[in-house]
Amino acid sequence: MRSLSRAIRVWYGARPLHLLTLLAAFALAGYALRAVVLAHQWRGFAVWFIVAIIGHDLLLFPLYSLADLSARRLLPGWAARGGAARPGAAASGQPLVPVINYIRVPAGFALLLLLVWFPLILGLSAASYRRASGLATDPYLWRWVAVTGVLFALSAASYALALRRASARARRAPATAGPGKPTVL
Amino acid sequence: MARETAAHKAVSVIRAAPRAAARSAQRVGAAIRRSAVAARGAALRQPPGPFQPRFWRSPLRGRWLTSLLGLVLLVGLPVIAITGLLSYAAYNPRLHGNDQTPGATLLKFFLFSWPTHPAWLYRVDQGVHVTLGLALLPVVLAKLWSVLPNLFSWPPVRSPAHALERLSLVMVVGGVLFEFGTGILNIQDFYVFPFSFYTAHLYGAWVFIAGLVVHVALKFPKMMAGLRSRSLRRELRTPLAATQPEAPDPDGLRTADPAPPTVSRRGMLVAVGGASLALTALTVGQSIGGWTRRTALFAPRGLSAVAPGALPVNHTAAAARITAADTGPAYRLVVKGRRTMTMSLTRHQLMALPQRTAVLPLACVEGWSYSAAWTGVPLTELARMVGITQPAAALVESLQPGGPFRSVTLSAGQVSDPRSMLALCLNGVDLPPDHGYPARTIIPAAPGVHNTKWVNKITFMAAQ
Repeated sequence: MRSLSRAIRVWYGARPLHLLTLLAAFALAGYALRAVVLAHQWRGFAVWFIVAIIGHDLLLFPLYSLADLSARRLLPGWAARGGAARPGAAASGQPLVPVINYIRVPAGFALLLLLVWFPLILGLSAASYRRASGLATDPYLWRWVAVTGVLFALSAASYALALRRASARARRAPATAGPGKPTVL
Repeated sequence: MARETAAHKAVSVIRAAPRAAARSAQRVGAAIRRSAVAARGAALRQPPGPFQPRFWRSPLRGRWLTSLLGLVLLVGLPVIAITGLLSYAAYNPRLHGNDQTPGATLLKFFLFSWPTHPAWLYRVDQGVHVTLGLALLPVVLAKLWSVLPNLFSWPPVRSPAHALERLSLVMVVGGVLFEFGTGILNIQDFYVFPFSFYTAHLYGAWVFIAGLVVHVALKFPKMMAGLRSRSLRRELRTPLAATQPEAPDPDGLRTADPAPPTVSRRGMLVAVGGASLALTALTVGQSIGGWTRRTALFAPRGLSAVAPGALPVNHTAAAARITAADTGPAYRLVVKGRRTMTMSLTRHQLMALPQRTAVLPLACVEGWSYSAAWTGVPLTELARMVGITQPAAALVESLQPGGPFRSVTLSAGQVSDPRSMLALCLNGVDLPPDHGYPARTIIPAAPGVHNTKWVNKITFMAAQ
C-alpha cells in the first residue's frame, strides 16, 4: 500500500489524495455537463465557456493592460520613478503630483460600469428589454455619460487640491532635498 | 513547487555573462559559449513575451494580495452559489411541469418544498444573489489579474498532477466568468446566448462549484500562509512612497522584475473595494424599493422603472400577446376541483366573492422586487367552492398563448396559505394590464414568475 502511494507520487507528481480530489471534481462537473448534453445545449454552452476564458485572459486583460501602460507612458510624470511627488520636480518638467491615478480611477470605474451594463447603455437589448419591462433603454447612455463626467470632474478637483498642497509644501521647504511627503491614493 | 526552472537559470547566466567577461578574458569565451547554449535552451523551453517571467512588472502582485482577494471571494462566492441554488428550490421543481432544467437528479438532493414564510424569503435571497454578484465582479477581475502570469507559466505542464490541476482551473475561471456573464446579461434581457439561461446558469454553477471546491481544497493552506505573510493593518497605512514588492514566492505570483509602484497596495484595495461599493450602491435600490429605487441608476428596474403609480414588471401584456378581447366581457375564470365540480366565473362574480387584502412582496429572479397591497379572493376560498378543503396542489394557467411560465403547479403549502390569492386589485385599484388584469395569483415568497398573470384557469388537486 505504501509502495503504491509512493509510485503514485513519483509518477503523478502529488499525493494520491490530490488525484482523488481532482477526479471527484471532474466527476461532479461531468455529471452536471451530462444534463446540458441531454438538453441538447452543450455546443453553445461549451463555446461560451471557452470564449469566456479567452475573452477575459487573452482579450480583456491585454486590452486594459495596454491601455494602462499607454496612459502611463504618454502622461507627464512617467519618468518620476515610482510616481511619488518630489520637491523641485516641476523645475525638471515633471508635475509635482503624478496624474496617472487621477485618470485610472475614473476611467477604470466608467469602463467597469460599461462592462456590466453595456446591453442597456448601448441599447443592445432595447427590444427585449421593452418587451419585458415596457421601458426604453435610452436613458442609460446619458446616465453613463453623466456618471463618467462626474467621476472625471471629481478626480480633476481632487488632483487640483493635491497639486496645491504639494506646491505649498514645496514652497515651504525649498531647501530640503530628498523625497517630500508622498502623495498617496 | 519551484518555478526556478532551467530557463530561469539560463536568463541569469546571460545576465552574469558581462561580469564574467570583465573578470577574465579567458573566461569570456566560455561564458559566451555557455550563454549561447543557455539562450538556445531558453528559446526552446521558454517562448518570448508573457511566457518570460520578466515580462510581468507589477510590483503589487504577490501571494498576500492574491490570498486577500481569494479570501473575499471564498466568503462571497459560496453565498452567491447557495442563494442561487435556493432560488432553484424556490421554483418547486419537483412538482409537475415546474422544472426548467430537467436531468441530473443527484444534484437535486437539496430540494425541499419552498415555504411561504417569511414572505420576503425569495426577495432577500434573489436580491442578495444578484447584488452580491455585481459587487464581487471587481474582486473577481482583480483576483484574475493577480494570478494571470500563472496562465503563461512555463513549462505549461510539469507533471500529471499539474496538468489535472490546470484543467480544474478551466472549471474555476471559465465557471466564474460564465456564471457572471450569463447572469449579468440575463438581468438586462440581453438573450444572446444560444442556450436556455436556466439550464446553462444552473449546470454552469455546478461545474464552477466543483472547480471551486477542489481549488479551495488545494490552495487553502497557501492562502492562509499568504495572509500571514503581511499585515492588512500595516498595508492600509503604507503610502505609495513606502510601498515595496512582496517577498518572492514559490508560485511566482510576485514577478522576478518588479517595476517601481505607481499605486500603493492600499490604493489598489481601496479602488477595488470602492468599485464594489459603487456598483452595489447603483444597483441595490431595485431590490429595496421605495425611494432607494431612484438611486439605482443602472439597474434594469431601478430609476428607469420609477413612475407615479407604476410598479415594475417582467413581461408586458403586449409581449404576452394578451388582447383586449381576452380580458373584456368574454373573460371567464374556470375553476376545476373534484371530478364534476367545475365553475366558470366572470370578473364581476370574482369581485363579489369574499376578498382579502395582504401586503406582499413580488420578487423577480433578476433581483428586483417591490412590496404592494394586493386584494383578491383567497385560493383556499376558490378551492372550497369546488369541493376541496385540503388542497394538495393547484395548476394555475394563463391566457397567454405560450411562454415557459404559462402554467405553474403550486404546492399544498402555497395553496393553503391564507395569504395566497387570486388578486384582482393592486394598491386599491384594478390590476393594470401589465400586472395581469383581469386576475393574477399572488403567492407569498414565491419567485415572481410563479405569480401567474392573466389567469384563466385553476385546477385544484385534492389530498389523497
